[in-house]
Amino acid sequence: MGKSVEMTAGDTPPGDPTASLRRAVHQREGEPFADGAQPAVVDPTNSPGEDQPALVLEHATKSFGAVRALVDGDITLHWGETHGLVGENGAGKSTLVKVLAGVHQPESGRLVVNGREVTLDGPAASRAVGIAVIHQEASVFPDLSVAENVFIGREPLRRGRRIDFKTMNEQIAVIVERLGVRLDPRRIARGLSVADQQIMEITKAVSLNASIIVMDEPTASLSAHEVNRLFEMIETLRREGKAVLFISHRLQEVFDLCQRVTVMRDGRHVFTRPLAGLVADDLVQAMVGREVVDRAGAGGQRIGDVVLAVEHLSREGVFTDVSFTVHAGEIVVLAGLVGAGRSEVARAIFGIDHRDAGRVSVNGRPLRSGSPTDAIAAGIGFVPEDRRQQGLVMAMAIDRNIALASYDHLKRSGLIWGALERRFATDWAGRLLLKYGRLSGNASTLSGGNQQKLVLAKWLGRHPSLLIVDEPTRGIDVATKAEVHRLLEALAAEEAVAVLMISSELPEVLRMGDRTLVMREGRLVAEFSHSEVSEEHIVAAATGQTAAAGDLVTTDAMGHDTP
Amino acid sequence: MNPEPTADTGVLAEQAPSSGAEPPAPSPTSGVGEPQPGGTVLAYLSRFRVLARWEVALLATVVAVFVVGRVVSPEFLTSYNFFDMGISNGELAIMALPMTLIVATGEIDLSVSSTLGLASSLLGLLWMHGWPMPAIIVVVLACGAVLGAFNGVLVTRVGLPSIAVTIGTMLLYAGIGEILLGSNIVSNFPATYTNIGVYGVPGIGLSYSTVIFFGLAIIFGAVLHFTPFGRSIFAMGANQEAAIFSGVRVKRTKTILYIVSGIVCSGAGILYTFKLSTAEYDNGTGLVLSVVAIVLLGGVSIFGGKGSMVGVVFAVLIYAGLLDALLLTGFPQQASGIVIGGLLLLSVLVPSVPEFRSRLRAGRHRLQRQAPEAAIVHSGSVAQPRLTGDSSSKAGQGGQPI
Repeated sequence: MGKSVEMTAGDTPPGDPTASLRRAVHQREGEPFADGAQPAVVDPTNSPGEDQPALVLEHATKSFGAVRALVDGDITLHWGETHGLVGENGAGKSTLVKVLAGVHQPESGRLVVNGREVTLDGPAASRAVGIAVIHQEASVFPDLSVAENVFIGREPLRRGRRIDFKTMNEQIAVIVERLGVRLDPRRIARGLSVADQQIMEITKAVSLNASIIVMDEPTASLSAHEVNRLFEMIETLRREGKAVLFISHRLQEVFDLCQRVTVMRDGRHVFTRPLAGLVADDLVQAMVGREVVDRAGAGGQRIGDVVLAVEHLSREGVFTDVSFTVHAGEIVVLAGLVGAGRSEVARAIFGIDHRDAGRVSVNGRPLRSGSPTDAIAAGIGFVPEDRRQQGLVMAMAIDRNIALASYDHLKRSGLIWGALERRFATDWAGRLLLKYGRLSGNASTLSGGNQQKLVLAKWLGRHPSLLIVDEPTRGIDVATKAEVHRLLEALAAEEAVAVLMISSELPEVLRMGDRTLVMREGRLVAEFSHSEVSEEHIVAAATGQTAAAGDLVTTDAMGHDTP
Repeated sequence: MNPEPTADTGVLAEQAPSSGAEPPAPSPTSGVGEPQPGGTVLAYLSRFRVLARWEVALLATVVAVFVVGRVVSPEFLTSYNFFDMGISNGELAIMALPMTLIVATGEIDLSVSSTLGLASSLLGLLWMHGWPMPAIIVVVLACGAVLGAFNGVLVTRVGLPSIAVTIGTMLLYAGIGEILLGSNIVSNFPATYTNIGVYGVPGIGLSYSTVIFFGLAIIFGAVLHFTPFGRSIFAMGANQEAAIFSGVRVKRTKTILYIVSGIVCSGAGILYTFKLSTAEYDNGTGLVLSVVAIVLLGGVSIFGGKGSMVGVVFAVLIYAGLLDALLLTGFPQQASGIVIGGLLLLSVLVPSVPEFRSRLRAGRHRLQRQAPEAAIVHSGSVAQPRLTGDSSSKAGQGGQPI
């Protein structure tokens, strides 16, 4: 189905410069090449027949065990275009990139580069056909100079096998100038910013005469200024006739930079279209496969007795005199800037950290300081911030992770019966709609969103009266995120669970909180009911002044924090 | 090409009756190994696939050792020889049991043989001073508990690395044992006790230490594999922080294990003393490395989180059988370390071969990426990456997930 769209899209003239100029690419003064004076395509071997796509990947599949990461990977790149690739986490983008990089060999499918069908049996093969992949995190030899990093393993030599630093530095200077950036080739790579490391990688790609450049989320950790500079470089490369595949979670960037876009979902190609005429919602819908529904309306009618009572909780130098309550059936959100002490309060309530002063009680039962065991026995479940390190034992089986907190219920006369353990795990995995290969597989085999569901399953299996969730949707895809939201709402509304949620995403805070508490510098500074809360209120309270909402956390379509 | 059925109707399935239309346990991705009723046995076995392979290899080695032993010497498969094997290795084997649990938590106890020696010294000293034997035994075991608790406190409460702590206490306990007994050698123990070095358990014929080993192995194995305590051992061995976040009492568990190790090792010291009918401060010196070797050979990960009691029992049998077979063939005893050491190296090498191979392959890729002679100019080399048709055949062994 997406195939027909693909073909029509492929018919648009490749590298149409006017198309790209319609997108406002930030022009820089003194850029080496005016639009009219495009240099000849650098790479003679590619001799890109303009009618011939730079790269065509068709029907690529790739599975890891039972997980089909790529079901139908399709992408067509033309010379002189920047092509966006978007999709949720787990949509198969990374796998597709790794196929192009030669890291993964697809089980089936066809890859045609510049008219020639090729098989990439390794990264070297990928490079040999002119593909350069620039990863989010560059691999850098910190003790070597920039030039040495760029030319590593292929240093130009002078007589006596001495490395020809002069040539290296000159070549880099030429490339860097062409790209319109600054980078001292003699500088030691240690301490280069992520942005400079990327410049180094791009320089390397250019020096390798790569004609197809794949960038996997290059902007994820760049500042706005650095993003602009990167875009200028990409645009320069594009105008030189290279094909650029640009992967990003930030749809606005795709609109700013790219001419065409390919959307993937669940390992499949959904569509490829010119960006002109599309709006962000089109992409989001294609990525999610349905419309994203927002909050149906606050609960709040069924608020019951106090479950969690925190009184004058203090921990030296971390937070001071924090008092609040959470009632049965209520979702209380702790908002605030990162570092305001929200997670630390949660850790102290759960007993991971000791408290210096104050009382915590659950259903009227006072908790000992520094005892997670006591907190769990009292009915608290805790979904920590770092699910890979704190939430799950990654190297342990899925079912055992689910059962880990519930063995006091699962033992019979002191022994664990395997059947009971598995039935328990199967039951909860099913209730949370966990997608897994096999329950005896390690937790590390799950995708991020499913790992988070696994952590939730572990605690829900205990039927907690209070669930503390710390950034439960960070880094998980839109669909699973919505699932987690609905789950928390259902727990509060239908099972009268008290939920204490920490979130740094304002939309999530606004949607979820029956009450919102704001922390600033270790103190509770404000409380809002669901009806009175707004982004402005939260931001003002969190920063201690009246400020624009966008300053706290803005959220793009993919739910990634953009500080 | 159609959007596949997504099963994310959200919320607890039982609370979302609307999801009834879709399969409750979801998704195209989970089809393969999903435990269905009737498939549970398979699922159960599959958990032990890797482990079982290792234990099967150990079992095969046990059989091989015993077959070879029978071939090289007709005396090998005799009850007297079995008694002999047990007498020689019983204490060592017993000490391997708590060690298994400690290593599975990711820690280690190198003070086990010094604990044995100190127990032997204390036993001799108290007997010299005319204490009644039952009281002595109680005191010695209690002393073992204290020694273990000391290790445990330093490791868990003070937070020192166990390898440093127990190397320290290894020397410390050996030193205390030497001071207690000095150069004295106590050997006038009553025959009721020293007979365990001469006679086997009535009706069984194996040495007392052997029978105690098998008895304790069952108990330790049950604790490790079938109790919440054992689950928490594996959990903290694999990821201590996550274990703490799940309510596992890591410090308490480890302290208990060190105390148990102290008690068991001092018990082994008592057996050792009676077996030789000699209390000496340097009894059992150097056994510790063999104990660790056996545990690792048994498939317990030195990093914690993995292992099984069955594997360790097999490793004990291999160790004992091999040493005995070498002895019977007149192999110079000093050189038996070559065989044991070689076996241990093999045991860590073999399971890591697949990983090693993939790492080699990855390493080669890395090298190629950094030394792309072929790739500097890609004229001509475009043709190099060839093969399209056969790519699928080798794709299966391509990358691992993550």
